[in-house]
Amino acid sequence: MDDLSTIRSEALSAVSTATDLAALEAARVAVLGKKGSVTGLMKTLGGLAPDQRKEFGAKVNQLKGEIEQALDARRSTLGASELASRLNSDRVDVSLPARPEGQGTLHPIGQVMDEVAAIFGEMGFTWADGPDIEDDWHNFTALNIPPDHPARQMQDTFYLPSRADGTPMVLRTHTSPVQARTMLNPDVHKMLADGGSLRIIVPGRTYRIDNDATHTPMFHQVEGLVLDRATHMGHLKGCLVDFCRAFFEIDDLPLRFRPSYFPFTEPSAEVDIGCSWKDGELRIGAGDSWLEILGSGMVHPNVIRNCGLDPAVYQGFAFGMGIDRIAMLKYGINDLRAFFDSDLRWLRHYGFSALEWPSLTQGLGR
Amino acid sequence: MKFTLSWLKEHLDTTASLADVRDRLTMLGLEVEGISNPAETLKGFVVGYVVEAIQHPNADRLRVCKVDTGSGTVQVVCGAPNARTGMKGVFAPTGSYIPGTDMMLKASKIRGEDSNGMLCSSRELQLGDDHSGIIDLPADARTGAPAAEALGLDDPVIEIKVTPNRADCLGVLGIARDLAAAGVGTLRPLKADKIEGTYASPIKWTHGYEAKPDSPCPIVVGRHFRGIKNGPSPDGLQRRLKAIGLRPISALVDITNLVTFDLNRPLHVFDAKKLAGDLVMRQAREGETILALDGKTYTLDPSISVIADSKAVHGIGGVMGGEDTGVREDTTEVFLEAAYFQPIGIAATGRKLGILSDARYRNERGIDPESCVWGAEVATRLILELCGGEASKTVSSGVMPAWQRSYTLHTDRVKTLTAIDVPAKDTAAILKKLGFTVDGGGPWTAGVPSWRPDIVGEADLVEEVTRVWSFDRIPTTSLPRLSPTSKPVRDPMQRRVPQARRALAARGMNEAVTWSFLPLKQAERFGGGGADLRLLNSIASELDTMRPSILPNLIDAASRNEARGLSDPALFEVGPQYKDATPQGQRMVAAGIRHNMAVPRNWAGPARQVDAFDAKADALAVLAAIGAPVENMQAQTGAPDWYHPGRSGAIKLGDRVMAHFGELHPGIAAAADLKEPVAAFEVFLDAPPLPKVRATKARPKLVVSAFQPVERDFAFLVDAGIEAEKIVRAARNADKVLISTARVFDLYAGKGVPEGKKSIAIAVTLQPVERTLTDAEIEAVSAKIVAAVVKATGAQLRG
Repeated sequence: MDDLSTIRSEALSAVSTATDLAALEAARVAVLGKKGSVTGLMKTLGGLAPDQRKEFGAKVNQLKGEIEQALDARRSTLGASELASRLNSDRVDVSLPARPEGQGTLHPIGQVMDEVAAIFGEMGFTWADGPDIEDDWHNFTALNIPPDHPARQMQDTFYLPSRADGTPMVLRTHTSPVQARTMLNPDVHKMLADGGSLRIIVPGRTYRIDNDATHTPMFHQVEGLVLDRATHMGHLKGCLVDFCRAFFEIDDLPLRFRPSYFPFTEPSAEVDIGCSWKDGELRIGAGDSWLEILGSGMVHPNVIRNCGLDPAVYQGFAFGMGIDRIAMLKYGINDLRAFFDSDLRWLRHYGFSALEWPSLTQGLGR
Repeated sequence: MKFTLSWLKEHLDTTASLADVRDRLTMLGLEVEGISNPAETLKGFVVGYVVEAIQHPNADRLRVCKVDTGSGTVQVVCGAPNARTGMKGVFAPTGSYIPGTDMMLKASKIRGEDSNGMLCSSRELQLGDDHSGIIDLPADARTGAPAAEALGLDDPVIEIKVTPNRADCLGVLGIARDLAAAGVGTLRPLKADKIEGTYASPIKWTHGYEAKPDSPCPIVVGRHFRGIKNGPSPDGLQRRLKAIGLRPISALVDITNLVTFDLNRPLHVFDAKKLAGDLVMRQAREGETILALDGKTYTLDPSISVIADSKAVHGIGGVMGGEDTGVREDTTEVFLEAAYFQPIGIAATGRKLGILSDARYRNERGIDPESCVWGAEVATRLILELCGGEASKTVSSGVMPAWQRSYTLHTDRVKTLTAIDVPAKDTAAILKKLGFTVDGGGPWTAGVPSWRPDIVGEADLVEEVTRVWSFDRIPTTSLPRLSPTSKPVRDPMQRRVPQARRALAARGMNEAVTWSFLPLKQAERFGGGGADLRLLNSIASELDTMRPSILPNLIDAASRNEARGLSDPALFEVGPQYKDATPQGQRMVAAGIRHNMAVPRNWAGPARQVDAFDAKADALAVLAAIGAPVENMQAQTGAPDWYHPGRSGAIKLGDRVMAHFGELHPGIAAAADLKEPVAAFEVFLDAPPLPKVRATKARPKLVVSAFQPVERDFAFLVDAGIEAEKIVRAARNADKVLISTARVFDLYAGKGVPEGKKSIAIAVTLQPVERTLTDAEIEAVSAKIVAAVVKATGAQLRG
């Protein structure tokens, strides 16, 4: 009996005086481990007479339960205080920077093309592509620009060696040849014959021999073309008013359509947007000045005819504008040449996040 | 094209305000680029009456003047020798800005006498060079009136942009006609009455070829004048020419300039005494030369039309006259030339010789052929009025080009094309006011006037009616929708471009846009430079060949950034590259480079340089973003020679190359002044096949096993040349049901591994489908994996 009470008092004392979890574990092993004192008592049970075994067994089990309870209680206390002390000392300097990651950006040209596509997409246009290296028929002749037209001269147009059949080859001077390529497509003829409406935009690279502060030998345009049996100049106006207001995100942006001249449209109109100049700063949308922004017109009958369609049946409008130019106007970028210099400071400053995918319903510009 | 308001009003009887004229011009297609009024710089300057001018008590050369300014009398000290009692001059009050001296006028004392203001010379007002005395205004000038008015300078100068089709508006008459058609006043009739000659011209016109309507010069008209006196032209004419930036020279030259700008009728006058025999319109002979009026000598050839006498060439037809036969102050006999030239020939000649003249500018756009006749009469009247003398009978050669033509304007065409309803009577009235003959009441037959070569069809008639009626009256009609909701604007192939761009930007790269051309040498180094891709007229040798790859431009860009101290650039571009000049030779490529550090020095971990696997990750990210079946692709060695041969590869789908990636060849990096390493990739966006169009967007059903997956590791010893991918593939294919993934987690060569070998460790995940695997089953699969890898690669399992 003395044994039991001695073991009990020693064990409970060891538990209550353990100052950390390791000491507590040592105390547990000393009592309940393979060679522990209580374990030792359990081992003696086998050698006792049955009635003794029952009585003594019950006492040992009670003792074991009492000690386990004390262990659990002590473990919980010690655990909480150890966690508290760890939390108390475990500190990081949160002002340290996060691990380095590159901040990627999108170039304004591609972003503005996506904006343009989002707006015209809402109006039922689809994107059409064509080659940068064009033959002079598609770039000029088909578009009613005759061989002697000044625009064909070497000082404006980049020429490449002629094809084996003698066809002069050029870097397209505008995105307009894709008008011809599209209108020549037999599938398009069939669609139009079935009463459909052709609506395409052609964003892309264009080239002219110009290299100064405000001109680069390569620049970007977006062409638009609508052709069917009923599209008239009122639609031209409506479409471009809708576009400009959506693009510049100014609902009451004033627009002016004034007569002009392009070989591939008749009548032709240049489009101005309302703006003001204050201290050399341009503000779009308000004021009494006008800023030319794009050229447009009803597709010239000769162009329709050159594409194998009957201008007495089909009519529509076309327009073209500079992507770089409208990007500069919308985002206040002054220097065209910087678009093509790849200076990281410029790319980061004027660039867009990968997640800003323009949409009229989700938001267009940053 | 510049003109003054008063000049316009000589042709246009109107009371319209300047603002009205400006707005209507722009809306007629004659865009006003600017309006300036010289009167504005003379604001505040008035007509001053010199009540008294007496000798300055303390200075011999100065006078003390009492000047009536209309609003009081002030004392002014004046040094001009012509300052005198009773004269009228231009008075500048104290506080005025004097443009000629760039000074603000202050009240002062000059040698003891008060001076409050100034009487000005021409030079002080920047109206001329004269500084010999103050401006002496006519006696009838009203004292106190604005000086600009008294000087005849209160006349706004309007500058318009004339589109290439509107040659007729390169004369003030044409501009007035458009305004009259638009209701801004009435067009005054042109004074071009026939003036009978008094003698037969001693000089005749001939043609050096048979003159036909399509000849280089179909028709020329001329006239001889004698007994004339050339000298300065009258003030009014001089002022008019100066206002539009022309320098008055002499009456004869000023007349030709006036007629050119007033009526779009370029003219030339020869000093008749310097001509030898008759004049001939012919083609130049090879090597003939002429000293032209611009002082330069031009060498001619048979493509160029010239005017010559029996001895020499005296004019480049329609472009510029010759210096030797030009008129001078003492010229007394002249011969007038008014010709029509084919615009194409003039443009070609002007370009070939590099001459920009007012005559070329007009002739190459197409002047009124009939103006040869009426223009000569206008010029005759002016010469006789300003220079006296007498005119011969007119002489001419050739035939009038057939400019007469007419087009039908269908009754509803204006409406169907522009959606405006112009009343029939207005349609006809507009065309008539523009000079068309009009037959019918709709449809109309419109005869085109001789001065409108640009009108070549019904659509042109529609434009005439519409622009005069005003584009402002066209309704603004949104396009009708083609479908209730919007459709994708790009097709799946086109969509790959923004997908690639956004994937790369999301990976921390900066998008650049670079030229489509580059230097030939770089093109050749990157597998291009074919003759069909070299520009014939490049602006610089750095930009003379279409690029066979985007990488050289990005390498240059990276180098420029490093030179600016912007380190570790990670740049990409999605754009075209060119294999040949056909449409199929142009491919859309996403290319990028990362230079130097992938992870810069930082407190949280080690810095790391870029390597081929950064490029591989970029390439795979692009392929994944565009929806390509990346899981079926394999990376193998074999990239073009601008990559490091041992540290680069190709990503293939079957035999087709989807992308190249790796570290750049050290030679290329060095040539661009870039330290190694440079990681680069090129993904061919058109290479992955488009997925099959499926009837539904539903995905295959997700099957999730209820049983714990088991992972087992294997280490193999293989020849150093064996590709890891081969081991992984062999392992994965060892049991297609149970094995879900296999991946490399360790690579080791060195101590403990024999020379020429490497150790590759892979982790294989087994995913039980029906029940938990037993140890025996796991062992069996493991044995299959080892056997498969050994068979495929000759590997040894490491113990």
